[in-house]
Amino acid sequence: MTTSVKAQSRTAAGWKYFLRHKYMYLMLLPAIIYYVTFHYVPMAGAMMAFKKFNPMLGIWGSPWAGFTYFEQLFAMPKFYSVLWNTISISFIRLIFGFPFPIIIALMLNELKNQRFKKIVQTSIYIPQFISWVILGGIMVNLLSINNGLINGIIKAMGFTPIGFLTDEKYFVGTMVVSMIWKTFGWNTILYLAALSGLDPQLYEAATVDGASRFKQLLHITLPGIMSTIVIVLITRIGSLMQAGFEQIFVLYNPGVYGVADIIDTYVYRIGLQEGKFELAAAVGLFKSIVNFLLVIIANKVARMAGEEGIY
Amino acid sequence: MTAHATRHSNKIKTSLGSKIFDVCNIVILGLIALSTIYPFWDSLVVSFSSLKSYLSTNFHLWPGEWSLEAYAYMFGNETLWSSYLNSIFVTVVGTIINMLLTIMTAYVLSKKDLKGHRVIMFGAVFTMMFSGGIIPLYMVIKDLKMMNTLWSMIIPTAISTYNLIVLRNFFNALPQSVEESAMMDGCTEVGVLFRIVIPISKPAITTVALYYAVDHWNDFFSAVMYINEQKKWPLQLFLRSMLFENDMAYASGGESLYLLGQPMKMAAVMMAIIPIMCVYPFFQKHFAKGVMLGAVKG
Repeated sequence: MTTSVKAQSRTAAGWKYFLRHKYMYLMLLPAIIYYVTFHYVPMAGAMMAFKKFNPMLGIWGSPWAGFTYFEQLFAMPKFYSVLWNTISISFIRLIFGFPFPIIIALMLNELKNQRFKKIVQTSIYIPQFISWVILGGIMVNLLSINNGLINGIIKAMGFTPIGFLTDEKYFVGTMVVSMIWKTFGWNTILYLAALSGLDPQLYEAATVDGASRFKQLLHITLPGIMSTIVIVLITRIGSLMQAGFEQIFVLYNPGVYGVADIIDTYVYRIGLQEGKFELAAAVGLFKSIVNFLLVIIANKVARMAGEEGIY
Repeated sequence: MTAHATRHSNKIKTSLGSKIFDVCNIVILGLIALSTIYPFWDSLVVSFSSLKSYLSTNFHLWPGEWSLEAYAYMFGNETLWSSYLNSIFVTVVGTIINMLLTIMTAYVLSKKDLKGHRVIMFGAVFTMMFSGGIIPLYMVIKDLKMMNTLWSMIIPTAISTYNLIVLRNFFNALPQSVEESAMMDGCTEVGVLFRIVIPISKPAITTVALYYAVDHWNDFFSAVMYINEQKKWPLQLFLRSMLFENDMAYASGGESLYLLGQPMKMAAVMMAIIPIMCVYPFFQKHFAKGVMLGAVKG
């Protein structure tokens, strides 16, 4: 009996606390509704990958199908090709696209003319703010065989023009280079911020000791931005399953599906265009799980390396 | 004497090497800056060229023959204007809703002594790591009868968790003393948000609002997922149909037909870029700050 009285007074205190801060909790309400409706309900809805979906009955009412769709999926050669495309595109992008902004940031940091530095920064940030649809149009313009600049140069040098967007051999390379082109400028910002935080006294001391600029780079600059480099690397590894839906969706065509089709574009096509909702949901769920594991592993590795991690 | 001489020549050598490096550095960075700008310039030139002069060459450094035909055509295109209006609506209304929700939520979550803030924060951050995938989300939008409405481009992206964290970190870093003294003077927690926190956080709030606005303007994903009706197209869908879809030749790998309207296409591209270029100077002022705010651990 005493416990129930205690519990009662505790709930009463809880109520009092809640009422005192009611406006604060009220302000939280839209966010809670938003996250539940557009994130947690779809998470639960992912179970349609285990159901025989019937639009009349909805996801909840449809009968269970067990692992049927996953079995179907794992038996499909197309699934492995799509998975391979996703991983290889983002892996190549990581290898080339990850060091590039670091190098550019270091080069910018060595510039003595601040006005020139500002001009370069202003130009290289621009593509980040332009959508892939527009950039795609600009790429087609630039890469066109008969009337584009790049093939004009190739032809002027006496080589045969290249179908950058239509030839399977070149498509992935075109995607990787253009993705790096769009994002590298913006990605220098974090490094530049870290660089501007380094202690100028360290450089003065090193100069007095006769250390060359290269040595200063090796022994002061790089160690100084190492933690930033590691954090960015973790984030990038955590997003390896994101091969860039919008970019590829805008630029690919049936002629290059073999190398260009990634998980997201495949899910879109079989789900929303062919109406195989359960199979598409199964592919999507597979991707989410792998993605989740990657984030967890990347974060663990970061903690082991002595970094703080991202969550 | 010899030691002195060696040191001297050494110094000259390093400073010469250093100078060569500086020159190379400037040249390379200049070329890289040029490579990010030139594609836009090329498109601009093509948009002002006549079709004939466009087709005559691979190099478009300057219009061979000026023509405003492409723009004249685009100005007369009704779908362009309706999609322009749709994009403006989505951007303005979407950003207002984004900011209302993000500011309120970030403020509440920045109160570390408020019970339950940890659970909500975890709930939000978890959605960055795991999602149900696009098909279940599509089903939710469909069940909510949002298909083919502009709201499908606004409500399902009402809060970006990344921006929420950026703003919450900023609020967290504000000095507590000001807020406390205001509370002492009888200001409520909500009053503190509107009278103190928002006015002193203007730079951070502007940055986040600009992020949201650009995201809405460029949003292609939601449109492709939820909008079919041509009347409801935002600019990005109009552009896709105009740049990529109308050409059967493009899909089959051919070239001649798909180049027919190139100046016209580039005119459309330019018209879509202009609004971004107008806000770009504001961005310049704020964005680096925003990235750094986001870098602070969540």
